[in-house]
Amino acid sequence: MFAFCGLSTLIALVPLLLIFYRTISLGMSAINLDFFTALPKPVGESGGGLANAIVGTMILVGLGCCISFPIGIMAGMFLSEYGNNPFGTSVRFLTDVMNGVPSIVTGVVAYTLVVIPLKHFSGYAGGVALAILMIPTITRTTEEMLKMVPQSYREAALALGISQWKTSLRIVLRTALGGIVTGVMLAIARAAGETAPLLFTALNNRFWHTSIDQPIASLTVFIYNYGVSPFDDWIAQAWAGALVLMVMILLLSIAVRYATRSRYAGN
Amino acid sequence: MSIGIHRELLTPHVNVGDAVFKNLTRFFALLIVGMVVLMAFEMYGSAKLSIEKFGWQFLVRSVWDPVKEEYGALPFIYGTLVSSALALIIALPLSIGIAVFLAEIAPRWLERPLSFFIELLAGIPSIVYGLWGFFVMVPWIRTTVEPALSSTLGFIPLFRGAPYGIGMLAAGMILSVMVLPIVSSISRDVLRAVPRSQKEAALALGSTRWEATRIALSYSRSGIIGAIILGLGRALGETMAVTMVIGNRPTISASLFEPGYTMASVLANEFTEATSQMYLSALIEIALVLFLMTIIVNSFARLLVWSVTKHGDAARRT
Repeated sequence: MFAFCGLSTLIALVPLLLIFYRTISLGMSAINLDFFTALPKPVGESGGGLANAIVGTMILVGLGCCISFPIGIMAGMFLSEYGNNPFGTSVRFLTDVMNGVPSIVTGVVAYTLVVIPLKHFSGYAGGVALAILMIPTITRTTEEMLKMVPQSYREAALALGISQWKTSLRIVLRTALGGIVTGVMLAIARAAGETAPLLFTALNNRFWHTSIDQPIASLTVFIYNYGVSPFDDWIAQAWAGALVLMVMILLLSIAVRYATRSRYAGN
Repeated sequence: MSIGIHRELLTPHVNVGDAVFKNLTRFFALLIVGMVVLMAFEMYGSAKLSIEKFGWQFLVRSVWDPVKEEYGALPFIYGTLVSSALALIIALPLSIGIAVFLAEIAPRWLERPLSFFIELLAGIPSIVYGLWGFFVMVPWIRTTVEPALSSTLGFIPLFRGAPYGIGMLAAGMILSVMVLPIVSSISRDVLRAVPRSQKEAALALGSTRWEATRIALSYSRSGIIGAIILGLGRALGETMAVTMVIGNRPTISASLFEPGYTMASVLANEFTEATSQMYLSALIEIALVLFLMTIIVNSFARLLVWSVTKHGDAARRT
């Protein structure tokens, strides 16, 4: 039976290696300077790049961050500092449940909240959709990290006559900042890889957007559109996009791993 | 938290800053509760047209005809449930094997990097799975898996039909790779939460290492079931990878080789094409059904995992 356990671990690693291998080998062949600097070419012309999509992904994720940071971090602070009661438990529970809401559903919600009132697809709608996805991760990580700050820090600060809110902000939050940053990076990594919530909120754009109020291109939507297209050139660029995306996410998760190494030593 | 009580004993007057800060953070916590309510409310409002026209029939009708404005969600619900179930059937034994390997067998120097690799699998974006599934896994299924299955198990209707590659089987297989990291890493944490004394007692009574592991497994049963249901929640809502390999045809067929359609994929494919109010409303109703399904499944799973690990430090990371 123990052999079976080892074998299943090996089997699980096979798709991981195959995906890495394919993405790297096919992605590398289409990556060049143009890929990062040029706009997509029209059908039939080869070359071109996904510069607008790379920038678009960053803008959408940035917008998601702007909305989700204040909510997530403040709510996380509430849970850790004042959340030891039934209300806190129910918020914690709802946050965990929200973490499992399918990303496509957050897209639908952003559509009804933003696209229908504005009557057009826009970067704002994409940002809202990503923010809804990011909030649970940020809230729960902030809470866990604040809880790891030793109680004696709080008591020492209070004993010195510092008021509780200043203790929370200046002592507790500052001590846990490193951990919170990792939570934020995890949320960013997840949001950057999302396609489904952007399909009908930020839509797509083959040109540079001039305002966030317009449809905005994103790397993931481009990978999808190009991946299912019948053109070899586009498919190659889809793989290149996948490679860029994976490298971005891999760097983020290695950074997270590195930053939390000592903290999770027991794990 | 005990600080508040001590403070009140020492300083009878209430600090204004404290009250403001506490209420401000409470407001943001309430905002999260409000958000969940708002999500359900918004979708209900937009789906009203279709809810009023079709009622509960929507869930059991299998027509999907945008021209005649007749909508029913059954093929999508069926596709979602079958592909998710298939994913769990494939992923379950593997995940438990991995969890046992990581928690009980692997030495520390091996366990750390292996856990990292398994978690990397969870970090791969859905669209990359889709791309890989579409270009690598589907051809492999078409040329190898499906012919092998139909020649050996072809007497079962599940494995009959032309090997398209694309279809329910492909969706189940790609989903199984995607739920594997969640189920295995939570099960591993649940297994680790088993008190040492349980295993030590078993070993002291003369059981073998495998028997002691079995005792640990049965001790953490409810947590592992929670992990499986969390994996189910993920599979139900997975969109891009499934959309690219399932074939997107709203039919209900006995064979796993045939194309299908899931609730998430129909949203991804048809949302921007929905020209009439009724079409859009029917799609949003599908989103609402999916939302409620995942909320129920996740609540159940969280409760199970929470009851085992303290406030779900394991579940948080998914």
